[in-house]
Amino acid sequence: MTAEAGVLPTAPAAEPVKARRSLGARLAEVVSGGLVRVFLIVVGLFWLVPTIGLLLSSLRSPQDMSSSGWWTVFTKPSQLTFDSYSKLLENGDITDSLLNTILITVPATVLVVVIGALAGYAFAWMDFPGRDWWFLGVVGLLVVPVQVALIPIAELFGKIGLFGSIFGVVLFHTGFGLPFAVFLLRNFFAEIPRELLEAARLDGAGELRLFARVVMPLGGPAIASLGIFQFLWVWNDMLVALVFTKSGTQPITVALQTQVRQFGNNIDVLAPGAFISMVIPLVVFFAFQRQFVSGVMAGAVK
Amino acid sequence: MTSATAPGVAEAPAAPRAPRSRRTVTGTRRWVAALFLLPALVLLGALVVYPIGYSIVRSFYDNSGDHFAGFDNYTALFTDDGIRTALKNNIIWVVFAPTVATALGLIFAVLTERVRWGTAFKLVVFMPMAISMLAAGIIFRLVYDQDPDKGVANAVWVGVHDTFAQSSAFPKAHPGRNSPLKPEDGGFVTTSPVHTGQSVALPLVGVAPEQMPDDAKKAVQAPAEPGKITGTTWQDFTRGKGVGKLGAVDSAELGYPGMRIEAVKDGKVVATAKAAADGTFTLPAKADGAVLRLPASNFEEPYNGVDWLGPALVTPAIVGAYVWMWAGFAMVLIAAGLASVPRELLEAARVDGCNEWQVFRRITVPVLAPVLAVVVVTLMINVLKIFDLVFIIAPGSSQDDANVLALELYRKGFSEGRPGVASAIAVFLLVLVIPVMLFNMRRLRREVRR
Repeated sequence: MTAEAGVLPTAPAAEPVKARRSLGARLAEVVSGGLVRVFLIVVGLFWLVPTIGLLLSSLRSPQDMSSSGWWTVFTKPSQLTFDSYSKLLENGDITDSLLNTILITVPATVLVVVIGALAGYAFAWMDFPGRDWWFLGVVGLLVVPVQVALIPIAELFGKIGLFGSIFGVVLFHTGFGLPFAVFLLRNFFAEIPRELLEAARLDGAGELRLFARVVMPLGGPAIASLGIFQFLWVWNDMLVALVFTKSGTQPITVALQTQVRQFGNNIDVLAPGAFISMVIPLVVFFAFQRQFVSGVMAGAVK
Repeated sequence: MTSATAPGVAEAPAAPRAPRSRRTVTGTRRWVAALFLLPALVLLGALVVYPIGYSIVRSFYDNSGDHFAGFDNYTALFTDDGIRTALKNNIIWVVFAPTVATALGLIFAVLTERVRWGTAFKLVVFMPMAISMLAAGIIFRLVYDQDPDKGVANAVWVGVHDTFAQSSAFPKAHPGRNSPLKPEDGGFVTTSPVHTGQSVALPLVGVAPEQMPDDAKKAVQAPAEPGKITGTTWQDFTRGKGVGKLGAVDSAELGYPGMRIEAVKDGKVVATAKAAADGTFTLPAKADGAVLRLPASNFEEPYNGVDWLGPALVTPAIVGAYVWMWAGFAMVLIAAGLASVPRELLEAARVDGCNEWQVFRRITVPVLAPVLAVVVVTLMINVLKIFDLVFIIAPGSSQDDANVLALELYRKGFSEGRPGVASAIAVFLLVLVIPVMLFNMRRLRREVRR
């Protein structure tokens, strides 16, 4: 996998050997270095402030929100309150939708990883007619927009009774997660040294055992990247759930979306709700930076 | 798929690919292979391949699905107003969003190499990638709030505007009863000329207490000074106490700090002054015999900022939110590419006297060109399907103006009951990504064959 290629950490050692320069050149360097710093700090603020705004908005009462901006908390910190959060967590619709998000995301992630790994292994190490063509076909499906499937699958699910069910949404996410999963895992599995597999085979391991005991553990980094990528993809999805769920099965994104029409009036639900929905992705992001970055780099086109 | 298009970025480890054949370790039986593949192929067939076929067929039938409609649904793509706006906006999106995000990503990637806290910066810029477009949408609804007291974008904008343009703090001020002032051209002038050694009273009423400038102090009747004209302009009214003594400064009344006063003689402004925090002002002797004017600029409604989510700016505003989310993606990919730019080459160029801009322009960018292309293409595909951000950020009143194809597909298919037209949009989107699909497959075929 890409783990090595695109990790955030440490930029390559900045200035190696520096040739001696004139005083003027060094002065110019100092000035431009200062400018670069100022520029990056300003940009960093641009990137941070919107999120901070959401966080602080979620910690103010709706009355304060309708009369002044969130930045007034810096002068009047007494505005801060967890009321919106406690009210939100007493709101059955919201807590149910959070649970639904988990019920959708976890199976959709596990299924994609398992099914994708099975197929990836088959494409990498088994021999059957037309193997490479089949694999090419799967790769071709990588860029198919989900929008293409909305209407056909809505009608299909309607006919077989899956419409509105959590299982239906899970299936849909699994289907559209698979091309990337198969692509990523096949390429990773293909790099497993042949000798390892042969040795295990000589020890008498069957295909399934080989897959579970050798291939899956060796595929750890790729599986982690894929899992994190798929998890965040499904967790953050709104469109698919918007089409295929009904009240009672909708995840947090859809539940919040229904409140957006009256944005100002519902800010006490929207701001804390959005923040709660962000917590898990942010935790995943900070905890698994490496895997996340490589997963995103590999799969962002979805 | 990035990975697919990104040479060396997303594919398996860069380890040299031995040309060994990857045939079964042990001559697996075919039915075993079939069992391993079955779940994936069934799901892909039912959920991805079948819908493609279905959409294509469906797009040639009318909305009820009973009658063959030929190309009617496709003509609608170019005649239906909603779809045409969506197409137009999609073009704006595809042209601007990827290029701006990539350009910023390039700048950030190059500059972060020069500071020690580059990693922290990258984390901050990359973080929005982790959150949902719904959350980002809500975040930017708050940012773009029209009211400068609530939306941070307008707060900053108005702040900058007021720093450079004169702010006018007294929109509703007007003369009270028996006032020495009369209205003229949106401002007010004294009914009679003023003279040196006089202390002029310019009382007004009507500014709501919460609208009074924060720096307003208790008004003071300016002492008369020989050879000068002095005066006071103030709010001749106190909440709960009324006007007090009409036309004279009472103890609780506030001055009008920053009020501009012009001395006008024969239609020409001969002197100007600005009121202090307690409302006092002083004019030089040459204003003797002039009438005093409080020009209209004192009373204009305050500048209220930009209507970010109005019909005109809503698409650029949402593109801005998208760039906020995805510039980090471009930055990280480009930073990874930068690592492969040979350091010695850069150093050599610097030693040869190239300045940083030349190094950037002549070495960094050309070496990065393939990565940049990948990022742009990736973002283009991503942007083609943009839905959530528009759906959330555009308020109901300007959603038609912000329309994009994916949103229009959703509307036609699920709220207007026109699945035929919606299918045509879906097929159109699919056609647009086919070149990338073929490119991915070709690149991979070479690889698999090796």
